[in-house]
Amino acid sequence: MTETFTGNKGLRLEEPLIFEMDTPGSTGVDVADPATDEIRLGDLERKSAIGLPGLSEPQVIRHYTRLSQKNYSIDAGFYPLGSCTMKYNPRLNERMARLPGFSDIHPFQPVSTVQGALELIDTLADWLKKLTGMPAVAMSPAAGAHGELCGMLSIRAALEARGDKRPVVLVPESAHGTNPATAAACGYKVEAIPGDARGRVDTKAFKERLGPDVAAVMLTNPNTCGLFETDIIDLSKAIHDAGAFFYMDGANYNAIVGRVRIADLGADAMHINLHKTFSTPHGGGGPGAGPTVLSEALAPFAPLPYVVHDDRGYRLVETELDAKAEGTEPFGRLKGFHGQFGVFVRALSYIMSMGADGLRQASGDAVLNANYLLETLKDTLTPSFEGPCMHEALFDDRFLKDTGVSTLDFAKAMIDEGYHPMTMYFPLVVHGALLMEPTETESKETLDAYVATLKDLARRARENGAEAFKAAPQFTPRRRLDETQAARKPVLRWRPEEPVQEAAE
Amino acid sequence: MRYLPHSEADRAEMLKIIGVGAVDDLYRDVPRAAYNTEAFGDLPNQMGEMEVDRRLNAMAARNITAGSVPSFLGAGAYRHHVPAAVDYLIQRGEFLTSYTPYQPEISQGTLQYLFEFQTQVALLTGMDVANASMYDGATACAEAACMATRVTRRKSVILSGGLHPHYKAVTETLMRTLGLEYETLGPDPLGIEDLSGRIDKTTACVIVQNPDFFGRPRDLTALAATCHEAGALLVVAVAEPVSLGLMASPGEMGADIVVAEGHALGSGTSFGGPGVGLFATRDKYLRQMPGRLCGETVDEDGKRGYVLTLSTREQHIRREKATSNICTNSGLIALAFTIHMTMLGEEGFTRLARVNHANAVLLADKLAAVPGVTVVNRTFFNEFSLKLSKPAAEVVEALAAKGILGGVPVSRFLPTYEELADLLLVTATETNTEAQMDAFAAALKEVLS
Amino acid sequence: MSTIYFTEDHEWIAVEDGVGTVGITSFAQSQLGDVVFVEVPEVGITLDKGGEAAVVESVKAASEVYSPVSGDVVESNESLPDAPGTVNEDPQGEGWFFKVKLTDPSELDDLMDLVAYDAFVAEHS
Repeated sequence: MTETFTGNKGLRLEEPLIFEMDTPGSTGVDVADPATDEIRLGDLERKSAIGLPGLSEPQVIRHYTRLSQKNYSIDAGFYPLGSCTMKYNPRLNERMARLPGFSDIHPFQPVSTVQGALELIDTLADWLKKLTGMPAVAMSPAAGAHGELCGMLSIRAALEARGDKRPVVLVPESAHGTNPATAAACGYKVEAIPGDARGRVDTKAFKERLGPDVAAVMLTNPNTCGLFETDIIDLSKAIHDAGAFFYMDGANYNAIVGRVRIADLGADAMHINLHKTFSTPHGGGGPGAGPTVLSEALAPFAPLPYVVHDDRGYRLVETELDAKAEGTEPFGRLKGFHGQFGVFVRALSYIMSMGADGLRQASGDAVLNANYLLETLKDTLTPSFEGPCMHEALFDDRFLKDTGVSTLDFAKAMIDEGYHPMTMYFPLVVHGALLMEPTETESKETLDAYVATLKDLARRARENGAEAFKAAPQFTPRRRLDETQAARKPVLRWRPEEPVQEAAE
Repeated sequence: MRYLPHSEADRAEMLKIIGVGAVDDLYRDVPRAAYNTEAFGDLPNQMGEMEVDRRLNAMAARNITAGSVPSFLGAGAYRHHVPAAVDYLIQRGEFLTSYTPYQPEISQGTLQYLFEFQTQVALLTGMDVANASMYDGATACAEAACMATRVTRRKSVILSGGLHPHYKAVTETLMRTLGLEYETLGPDPLGIEDLSGRIDKTTACVIVQNPDFFGRPRDLTALAATCHEAGALLVVAVAEPVSLGLMASPGEMGADIVVAEGHALGSGTSFGGPGVGLFATRDKYLRQMPGRLCGETVDEDGKRGYVLTLSTREQHIRREKATSNICTNSGLIALAFTIHMTMLGEEGFTRLARVNHANAVLLADKLAAVPGVTVVNRTFFNEFSLKLSKPAAEVVEALAAKGILGGVPVSRFLPTYEELADLLLVTATETNTEAQMDAFAAALKEVLS
Repeated sequence: MSTIYFTEDHEWIAVEDGVGTVGITSFAQSQLGDVVFVEVPEVGITLDKGGEAAVVESVKAASEVYSPVSGDVVESNESLPDAPGTVNEDPQGEGWFFKVKLTDPSELDDLMDLVAYDAFVAEHS
């Protein structure tokens, strides 16, 4: 029997939308009677119903529990998603973020009543500055791309302050899409510089292009191919000699934390994805945080707000007037309130747990695990570049040549084997990319089982052909979804069914 | 280290298979001048759970929690009761520790709640479509301004003097970044500014907050009509989403884009972050909307399912031509919002809004009776401004010393406006008891006497 | 009888009586995959040779359609936005994007003919 009466398949349970479970008048929250019926809204009272469904608490719990069971997660399995750093998220961090002293404080309490919160921000900032060797950090960016914006706006402000308007930003071809998007958003003309055959930037091409019209170079290091840019110090010197700034994308900082200080590489700015390197949960797509470390030249332009500490305790510099008193010239404000505070608590809890020695061990184990994958898979898959790699191993689709199986098909077959696929088709500089980042929180046993699975899948692709791969995944709550239909006729919300029209006579 | 599974024997064996002697050898591409594992000597080493717990608890204890004292704070962050079920559900590992749902076959849980979230946001705001969330209300506001310039192909944005100063500052920063123009009106505590008179053929949009920063609900119907006549859009920012349970929606008043801060529902105030930006618009502007979108479709077996869609608008595909450089949404905070909304439902949500309003009416009357206090706005939702006989910043400090978090002084945001120094923003929500309100009134009376 | 020319960005233009009909080539649509969104230019606007004229998006990629020549848009394929799949089904027929009145027919000299374009595609794929 393949079909059931309910459509359920054991633990794979079908679940309707909340709007299809509506019991009008039902609620999961008992709210007391209002103290008065008087309304002082002028004439602006809502006159029609909103249309929200009514569910009781047990129905709500069951609905979201069932939805949760349709998700893959790092708690449940291996997630070798390159460039995304899906590592274990310690539960202590969640407990710390929920201490009422952190979770139940208001952003505009008098600062005298939130000294502990400001101390927490300052302590995390201190760690980030010392780990990177940089003199300043802007804490407010909400995520990596936001941190890029912060860094590039600081650069723009510094150039403008010295009366030097430069129109161009150089970005390597292998860059993550946010880099050119950010530079363009800041009003710069983006020029892509090709890479070399070793998977690094072409230093010669970069140097030739540097000149008085170049404002900055944006470079990810370790780069999107999982490799360390060997010429980075030489390059950063050339950037500075040309009067430009060096923005280092810190998406892959987790490979070098505790071993390399960013200041020693000559970077002027770098964002740190707390949700990657410092293990705050991805939460199905945020919230993250992207504090951005800044060099001495950029520090005065860091955005509002920031925390200062003196003998009177901790204070918040929140307005331009405050900043003037501090002698800084913020380029503006990037976010409401004081940054991703709840994420800061989790990151600091993680950093304190790990310590300098634990962070160094973590980056080492991450690099060890990636090289272990590169070594044990090199004869089965086709590595794009020679090792050693940093925290992720890059393969391309040459090993699938003539099998009819694409990188996507291969990934979908991995799902049936119980794995989240690696990152596919990124970076764009190799064909049919498969980018694997095992992270330091996976055991040797997990990696060995994964390698054995990929070897068997590769064998099946060679021996049995593409058909089974094209049909994968088979054992998931849903099989491959029709993305063309979704995009051609977008249905982006539930709507009540139209009443059936009586046929006119 | 408890989070790292390898034993030393594992590491040795793996190094042997790789063919190097030590982990340091794997870093041979790093220039030696920059490779320094000893450079971090003054940073502490690892700690056990108990020690971390002890130290962070000590830090947390140096804060006065809003729940431990009578608290009447708002100004864009509102303290509501979050049902226990919400926090339990968002801590399920399948939600907490999953990635962005790029593999839809194993992400239907996230995708379905995003679809439900988008529907709830569209219903609440009275709009056609909503995205899967932005970083927060202020960034959503800035993105709305950009979107309006794309839709209208005009360069100029007008910001109301009733807009939250943080929304204003974030929007201005992005406008400057993109080389766009803006006109910001001065603070408008009396709700008398003339926005319509400033609209012309270059205006991409007018951005207004409702209720405004000073707590006053505004009828935006006429303004919307003026905008539309001039070919401009009306953007409405909502800082307190609970207000939508009692007030006419921005969509009913004619808004083209609605943005809101959603963390008041589902999450604690958490010192203001992380938040969740709600973003909704009309169908006709869909293609210019920033942010991720989840859409309904079918799978190979014809079963209903959900995917991220229209993603070509996003940065990872369009690169320097993207609608926004934003790469994440605020998934988990959106989940908390949507679960809290589902818990409330129509009945609970509209009732919650009525209780908030009723408590504010009660508080306004009690405070109006205190000598030296004038309630500035006679209409409000759950927040209003008071004019005091002493500078508000001093009053707030004096109240804090008496164990009361008695509102937010406007001068904290707008210190250069001397005429606003005596203005205090005060909020009442369902979490405030009548006894707390009496304590507040009594303390205020002492402070002002 | 019209003459067809091709660009390196994979647009085609069929010129007849000084008016060119513009679309994307069969090769271009096959590279894009299922087209899900099309935006065509407004009638009356003036295009520069090589300037952005239209937008075509598939599930995985977004691309501008550049005008192969300078001139004024005299007609747009208004049915295309509602049926973007036409670009896949009949790219060099019903899937045309817009018609442009050429201001400088000599600009056509820079474009490729079918033989040259086929060679160009063979070389770059």
